[in-house]
Amino acid sequence: MLKLEARPEPSRVWSLASPLLALVVTVAIGVLLFVALDKDPVRGLQVFFWEPIRSPYALGELMVKTTPLLLIALGLAVCFRSNVWNIGAEGQFIIGAVLAGAVALLADKDTSRWIVLAILLAGVAGGMAWAGITALLRDRFNANEILVSLMLVYVAEQVLSYLVFGPLKDPGGYNFPQSKTFEAVTQVPRLMTGSRMTVGLLIALAGVAALWVFLFRTRAGFAQQVGGLAPAAARYAGFSSRRALWLALLASGGAAGLAGALEVAGPIGQLTPYIPAGYGFAAIIVAFVGRLHPVGMVFSAVLMSMFYIGGELAQSRLGLPNSLTGVFQGLLLFSLLACDTLIAYRVRWTHWPARRVEGAS
Amino acid sequence: MDQYALLVAATLNAGTVLALAALGLLINEKAGVVNLGAEGMMLCAAIAGFAAVVHTGSDWIGFAAGIGAGALLAAIFGLLAIWLNTNQYATGLALSLFGAGFSAFVGIGYVQEKLPERMQFAIPWLHDIPLLGPALFRQHPMVYFTMALVLWLVWFLYRSRAGLVLRSVGEAPESAHALGYPVRRIRLAAVVAGGALCGLAGAYISVIYTPLWVQGMVAGKGWIALALTTFATWRPGRVLLGAYLFGGVTMLQFHFQATGTEVPSQFLTMLPYLATIVVLALISRNPAWIRVNMPVSLGKPFFPGS
Repeated sequence: MLKLEARPEPSRVWSLASPLLALVVTVAIGVLLFVALDKDPVRGLQVFFWEPIRSPYALGELMVKTTPLLLIALGLAVCFRSNVWNIGAEGQFIIGAVLAGAVALLADKDTSRWIVLAILLAGVAGGMAWAGITALLRDRFNANEILVSLMLVYVAEQVLSYLVFGPLKDPGGYNFPQSKTFEAVTQVPRLMTGSRMTVGLLIALAGVAALWVFLFRTRAGFAQQVGGLAPAAARYAGFSSRRALWLALLASGGAAGLAGALEVAGPIGQLTPYIPAGYGFAAIIVAFVGRLHPVGMVFSAVLMSMFYIGGELAQSRLGLPNSLTGVFQGLLLFSLLACDTLIAYRVRWTHWPARRVEGAS
Repeated sequence: MDQYALLVAATLNAGTVLALAALGLLINEKAGVVNLGAEGMMLCAAIAGFAAVVHTGSDWIGFAAGIGAGALLAAIFGLLAIWLNTNQYATGLALSLFGAGFSAFVGIGYVQEKLPERMQFAIPWLHDIPLLGPALFRQHPMVYFTMALVLWLVWFLYRSRAGLVLRSVGEAPESAHALGYPVRRIRLAAVVAGGALCGLAGAYISVIYTPLWVQGMVAGKGWIALALTTFATWRPGRVLLGAYLFGGVTMLQFHFQATGTEVPSQFLTMLPYLATIVVLALISRNPAWIRVNMPVSLGKPFFPGS
């Protein structure tokens, strides 16, 4: 029978190979799924892994979706590394978008270009405030951050819905639940003509560098992670767990809010009920698949963006529902968690023991 | 007055969904396993149950399909979290994300489907009592089943030998292992039982509670059920009371909407989620109170022989 045997120390090789193996497993299941649905699996794989990179325009679109995923995941990595389970990034994204949108709506024809800065800062503030509620309730009342942050996603969706159906509804919009289209001056600068990529991508890449320095080159980043790995050691060293909690939630909330601001003042250009696209949840998978490492998450964010675009293309080209994206995202995280077992354990073949007692060696 | 009777009836109905799921989660948490996948299991069970009723016309086959879907997904979660020692939070989260995507994917063909005329249930004689009849005795059998389940669960957990073993696996897995109990198999059984009840709750939503299929229709009830086990400090009776309380909060919004209150509907829809946050903060204020009641090894993996 197969038996797991604990390794003396975690395998570095498998720590890197596991996400790749998980991707292979996910693709294999995907192929089976396509066959079961009577679709050509080669065509299916093309739609997910070739179409998104085959032209400069497609690559640009890939980056448009990579930007929010990467930004949110960078923040979540700080949380997960310090053992703070913020799973409500979606809500922080929405509130960031709402606040950014509210500022953008103040603009008129004569507003200066600098309003973009105010819009982005409003997004950061919104995300931080929303995550701050979770931090406050955890800090003062010991309330479970998983449940609070998740409940706040539903609340944020209702806040957005109230605003676009009510106070922020475009009076000249034929009663559609959406705000006015923002003035052109509020548009986050694009990187080049002919692509929807914005400077948001550069901000995200700067975030990658900043996170790397923070995690691996500063004392604060070290203190942050010790609290996650060994709370007792952190207490002994005098690192404050409250500080770590607040820093983790404010950083991830700010990052998610910024992503929301870049999204409304970038590709979307108005407030609509369809702003939540699940990036906040997908970014959780990005963070884990990228090993919570800044550079790793660049790759996993691109991969997850491919899943999004592949899902949309599967809908238009293959007639499959675009919820296929969610199926593959979930499968990828499942496979990753299973494959991660190989980091800490070796798989061994052993003969059946004469009388099977659980765990007897 | 009659509208209050109907409000009570609707509250019991809404509370039943939460209670079924939360009682299931209580079982696996008593055995030391947290399954954050409740929402995903309920969604998959909702579409499984709905599809089964569309094809067979039988509610009971729908419930069975829901139970099967919930149990199957819980078993996958259990194999990962209990045998491969994956992080329980992350694995449950994966199940919730997968369930949301998978149910939407499978359910796309059922969005327009309608269920046959629903049967009305009533307890003979009692349903004619004024006020009490419409409030209490015209419910779907599942409402009474849930009440009975609580009584059985109290007996099982605190009065039966099997329940004692289940709790010992959650409180002190090393001791249970030393006594020769197969800790991991008992945990898996508890997780599957929890998934089955979450599945039943999911199917009840799409077959009885709101007989249709909409993507994401569970709308956080799985997460609220998870919070309920904490509110109830892991006691079945309190789970039921808490579920009715939250059922009431859910129904209050429809009551307000029906009576034409000025409050925008979005704020009423927020109520159950806000209530969850507030109650969670109030209950968790006293860490000692939670610590005393929480199964000691909750969320901690057990790897025999290490």
